[in-house]
Amino acid sequence: MSDSTANGLVLAADGTPLKRSLSRAMRRQKIRAFMLVAPLLIFVLLTFIYPIGVMLSRSVQNDIVPETLPETVRVLGAWDASSGELPDEAVYAAFTRDMSVAIEAKKHTRLGSRLNYEKTGFSSMFRQSGRKMKKLDPVADAPFKEKLIKIHKGWGDVETWKTLQTYSGLYTSGYFLNAVDARMTPEGMAWQPEDKQILLKLFGRTLVMSLIITGSCILLGYPIAWLLANVSPRNANLLLILVLLPFWTSLLVRTSAWKVMLQQNGVINEVLVWIGLVPDGDRLILINNEFGTIVAMTHILLPFMILPMYSVMQTIPPVYLRAAKSMGATNWTAFWRVYFPQSIPGIGAGSILVFILSIGYYITPEIVGGTKGVFISNRIAYHISSSLNWGLAAALGTILLIVVLALYWAYDRIVGIDNVKLG
Amino acid sequence: MTLTKLLTATTALTLVAGVAAAEEMTIVSWGGAYTASQKGAYHDPYSEKTGVTIINDDSSAEAVAKLRAMSEAGNVTWDVVDVVAADAIRLCDEGLALEIDADTMLADAPDGTKASEDFGDLLVSDCFIPQIVYSTTFGYRTDLVGDTAPTTVCAVFDTEAYPGKRSLEKRPINNMEWALLCDGVAKDAVYDVLATEEGQQQALDKLATIKDDVIWWSAGADTPQLLADGEVVMGSTYNGRLFAAIEEQKLPVAMLWDAQVFDLDGWIIPAGLSEERQARALDYIMFATDTQRLADQAQYISYGPARKSSAPLVGKHKTLGIDMAPHMPTDPNNAKNTFLYNYEFWADYRDDIDAKFQAWLAK
Repeated sequence: MSDSTANGLVLAADGTPLKRSLSRAMRRQKIRAFMLVAPLLIFVLLTFIYPIGVMLSRSVQNDIVPETLPETVRVLGAWDASSGELPDEAVYAAFTRDMSVAIEAKKHTRLGSRLNYEKTGFSSMFRQSGRKMKKLDPVADAPFKEKLIKIHKGWGDVETWKTLQTYSGLYTSGYFLNAVDARMTPEGMAWQPEDKQILLKLFGRTLVMSLIITGSCILLGYPIAWLLANVSPRNANLLLILVLLPFWTSLLVRTSAWKVMLQQNGVINEVLVWIGLVPDGDRLILINNEFGTIVAMTHILLPFMILPMYSVMQTIPPVYLRAAKSMGATNWTAFWRVYFPQSIPGIGAGSILVFILSIGYYITPEIVGGTKGVFISNRIAYHISSSLNWGLAAALGTILLIVVLALYWAYDRIVGIDNVKLG
Repeated sequence: MTLTKLLTATTALTLVAGVAAAEEMTIVSWGGAYTASQKGAYHDPYSEKTGVTIINDDSSAEAVAKLRAMSEAGNVTWDVVDVVAADAIRLCDEGLALEIDADTMLADAPDGTKASEDFGDLLVSDCFIPQIVYSTTFGYRTDLVGDTAPTTVCAVFDTEAYPGKRSLEKRPINNMEWALLCDGVAKDAVYDVLATEEGQQQALDKLATIKDDVIWWSAGADTPQLLADGEVVMGSTYNGRLFAAIEEQKLPVAMLWDAQVFDLDGWIIPAGLSEERQARALDYIMFATDTQRLADQAQYISYGPARKSSAPLVGKHKTLGIDMAPHMPTDPNNAKNTFLYNYEFWADYRDDIDAKFQAWLAK
């Protein structure tokens, strides 16, 4: 029992107000609880959130231009790009000074590769000019305009300077525009020429195919999960091993196995020709297209659908079905009105897993997708490892992340995320 | 044990480990038969001579991206990296590879010829140390092409004379050149034409005539597999892969050397290594790219040595015992009509044309 003082405050045993004493005790508990999760939190922050943040921030970073050519960028800012005339000597002189520093630090070629993403030809222009400009003295050899144009005719092209001016900021929206088949020009935003538009199409294809794959996983996985949940535990274990077995095989092996199955001289076609269902000269094309990708990916992602479904179905008491039937429901009504609604959380969990995994897949589409079955991730992989255009890759990745989050949000609004159960 | 003692002990252990690691170097290459050939010709003799343990890392396919990531993280763990010349140029441009002075850092030929002259034009970048010349060329199924075997690369575009599927690499490089060549463009003019929008369209239009008959590959092993299974009648891949299919697996496949595209593969040393590691890497390079070693590699794999002085030393295959010289892409009989990968051109146009090529593929 605590005492009450004259002014009405409840006091703890040591005379401090109870409220303060309680909150202190609670705070200590909270800190202890926080300390317990802190290692995990720090781990996640350092190894997951931070690297992803750094990678995503590349999608707008453009500091390489103003850092390599600080003076040029400043002087070029005053140049009127719409005049159609070359910038004056001051720009060329500033450029020569910047370049002599950059060449010393061997940074000019890196800038060339960066700008080559925007305008073809910059890469060799910077590399070749670098070799020749090494001999120029940034003071004694003035004026530079003529000399630079003689070194490479690109410096006498207005477009060159327009591109430099457009991409002179510390940050750029250029990568994001590129990621949606547009580009930044001195006159503002413009669509890419039609023969280069591909990324939006791939985004769309990735979403549609992922939905189809998720759908076929539900159709194939549901009966299996039901069987798993309703046979005797011994048989269920055996079945579960069969479900998990492909899971333990290398992804590449499974994908390549599909190649052997589906190709035109493969197992399925040979069998169909042998039993006479398909004429020999007109074998089915089952691989290197959308169909091959859907089949192979459905197979690979199926366990991710079956396992959450199974664990949810296990918790549905079989007596409910019996109860429904004893009250006059047909088999179908009992299933549809009683059993199925209770299994929806498993379908939800499995669908989210399969959909999000398939949206980011790229090895399987690369191997069995041909030209019609590749995903947006294949382009991301290309820009990360081949073209080294990490800014564009980061922009594509950011968009993909936003799309996934938006779909997740929509799912929450329509179905409700509380309805998702992993077991 | 007190904390201090524990710390001292672990520090000492780390130091010991560090000293032990000093006798190791990590060499990155392509894996498979190629790494095996390097192991036989370079790594084993070098380890025997110096006692350095060589660790193989099969990451060459994504070496450029990985090296860039390592360099940004400030922890480069590779000592020598095997890359194709185009990647070496990229790495050099990015400042990720060490610049090499061929005459002081590489061995002279036995007759005293300077390395820069011995390698000649193959020194395509300041950072690149050429090792082999390989080619991308076509192989065809001898039993599926009818009575008249193809003799020119344009057979690929002739679906009437040679019906059936063909496999081409899923990238514009090489395919665009072959398309133009077979569309009547003179060999010398190919890159001038390809530098124009119309030229690029012309090449894509030519490829469009066989688009439905093409299986696009992305790994070098795809075409040999497709040929072995009879999925395609002809397909492009690296000549060493075809050599293995013909001579080792005895498949009914023959080489179509016409219009083969030469490309180079070689070493780079990552920039920013510690002095000690760099010295060891340079020592290895000096050893591994001398005239005799380069010729030795051809005992294991059918790629031509990059030094002029190595060519006469090419002998027989180590296990098959066949003469290797006629299987080299550089052999005069095979090299009647060749292309050399145009590095400058593709460094500039690769992103642009690749975007168009991929958009065209997806159509």
